[in-house]
Amino acid sequence: MSETKSNRREFLATGTQLVLLTGAAAVAWEHVMAGSPEKAPNYKTTEHWWAMTIDIEKCIGCGNCVRACKTENDVKEEFFRTWVERYHVEGTEMERPEVDSPNGGFDGFREKYKAGENSKNFFVPKLCNHCSHSPCTQVCPVGATFESPDGVVLADKTYCVGCRYCVQACPYGCRYIDPRTETVDKCSLCYHRITKGLTTACCETCPTGTRKLGDLKNPADPIHEFLQSHKVQVLKPQMATGSKLYYNGLDGSVR
Amino acid sequence: MRHLMKDKEHLFRMAALFVGGIVLFVIVRAVMLPKDFGKLGHYRPGALEDNAKRVPVFAGKPACLECHTDMIERQKGSKHAAINCEACHWALSKHAADPSVKPVRPDAKAICLVCHTANVAKPKKFPQIDPKTHMEGGPCNECHQPHHPEKGPEKPAVQEAKK
Ligand code: HEC
Ligand code: HEC
Ligand code: HEC
Ligand code: HEC
Repeated sequence: MSETKSNRREFLATGTQLVLLTGAAAVAWEHVMAGSPEKAPNYKTTEHWWAMTIDIEKCIGCGNCVRACKTENDVKEEFFRTWVERYHVEGTEMERPEVDSPNGGFDGFREKYKAGENSKNFFVPKLCNHCSHSPCTQVCPVGATFESPDGVVLADKTYCVGCRYCVQACPYGCRYIDPRTETVDKCSLCYHRITKGLTTACCETCPTGTRKLGDLKNPADPIHEFLQSHKVQVLKPQMATGSKLYYNGLDGSVR
Repeated sequence: MRHLMKDKEHLFRMAALFVGGIVLFVIVRAVMLPKDFGKLGHYRPGALEDNAKRVPVFAGKPACLECHTDMIERQKGSKHAAINCEACHWALSKHAADPSVKPVRPDAKAICLVCHTANVAKPKKFPQIDPKTHMEGGPCNECHQPHHPEKGPEKPAVQEAKK
């Protein structure tokens, strides 16, 4: 207690210092708020190759990622760029899991199952897989969606004609038409954040480290260690989409 | 001969229509397409910039710790030290850019329960409580510091009043 008290006093005593710091931080922060990528000149698209790891064994289904994504990206109420599913697999019913995702997990998950019923229960966060051979980009007739040089599947809203081919082509159900613009919308892997040295909003607010953004072109990135020390799997590998969303502890029942 | 010509005339007309149509398409396409379309792939390179130029809403933990340096010491040794500030305090980039924008103080109990309410789908290893039975559902921060829950309470407001 006395420790925290002195800390508190320190905090107040360094008030003047804080004011100075405030100025310094404000300057450092300026380019981020300004939002123009040329003001963050160190970012080169050819030097990155983005991927994400999801550790199912850690997910607590708190829904922070779902809410953060909506806050960060102004996602309309009934649509989701990322969502969390709850799986309930009884005994040998691998082929018939019970899956629910009330409001995408936005409000968390009310208890629905009882422990010890010879079943397994777990959460699976989902989002765009940022495939490197994506079916969704291949079907676009106008070049309004594409794989960026740094490995992110992006949409070009000024070019999209709203034909919905890509929505149907995505094997993971990660795209939707934004009714406000009648153009496609999807996870951009927070492109406006990762190009400024920040992580995605979902990773930023994930309390357990379930989700982690990684740069496969950066040899120092901890993602390499993770991929080597875990048995990871991608969703629907039989479709050869080149997904870059690596799941640890993925159950066979997950579709 | 003239008969033959007359029979084929509609074909020539149709061919002319096709050629005209193609020429029109090529002209319109040349005018409408941005010059750099296709430079990086079958898309408009400007779309990269369009996607990148939005302003972040979450500032990120390093930004918080630039000013709230005391938090490093306060969280030392806690399992909560690994949680980013904005997982509880929510998006505060406006506050980080200008601290006079005062953040709302989170409601401790409501926040704790988002993560710690027991659920069979949660990993067994994760510490979970039943909010009805755990210490009779008392206010969490009366016994746990939000920033270091393994430790007892810390109430700056109360402490300041005592001074
Ligand atoms: C530029 C320096 C600066 C940065 C960056 C900053 N803060 Fe602050 N913060 C302050 C100052 C100064 C105060 C005190 C404001 C007051 O009391 O009026 C404050 C107050 C707060 C409070 C309210 C305390 C109370 O008494 O209710 C919270 C919560 C907070 N900050 C969280 C954060 C978080 C989370 C971040 C990261 C997103 C952050 N701050 C980033 C300077 C900063
Ligand atoms: C587990 C959730 C959680 C995390 C993570 C968290 N906070 Fe807090 N914070 C709270 C709660 C709850 C309160 C309100 C405490 C109260 O009212 O008694 C609070 C209060 C504060 C305050 C004002 C009162 C005080 O104790 O000084 C500041 C400043 C603050 N937090 C900054 C931060 C910063 C900076 C970080 C990141 C290093 C952070 N918090 C991480 C939950 C959290
Ligand atoms: C955003 C999610 C989140 C919130 C909100 C949150 N916690 Fe935690 N809490 C965690 C995580 C993650 C751990 C670490 C679990 C682990 O490492 O096994 C943890 C650990 C703890 C522990 C330590 C348990 C142990 O095994 O020693 C306690 C106690 C605790 N939290 C209490 C609280 C209280 C009280 C609040 C509200 C002020 C709160 N938590 C809010 C995520 C959260
Ligand atoms: C009367 C004091 C008191 C109150 C109020 C209280 N706790 Fe606790 N809590 C404790 C003590 C003591 C322990 C450690 C002993 C134990 O595990 O039961 C603990 C343990 C915990 C743990 C770790 C459990 C584990 O399995 O390791 C969590 C999480 C937790 N509390 C969360 C909360 C939350 C959330 C609230 C508010 C709803 C809360 N506590 C309210 C005293 C309290």
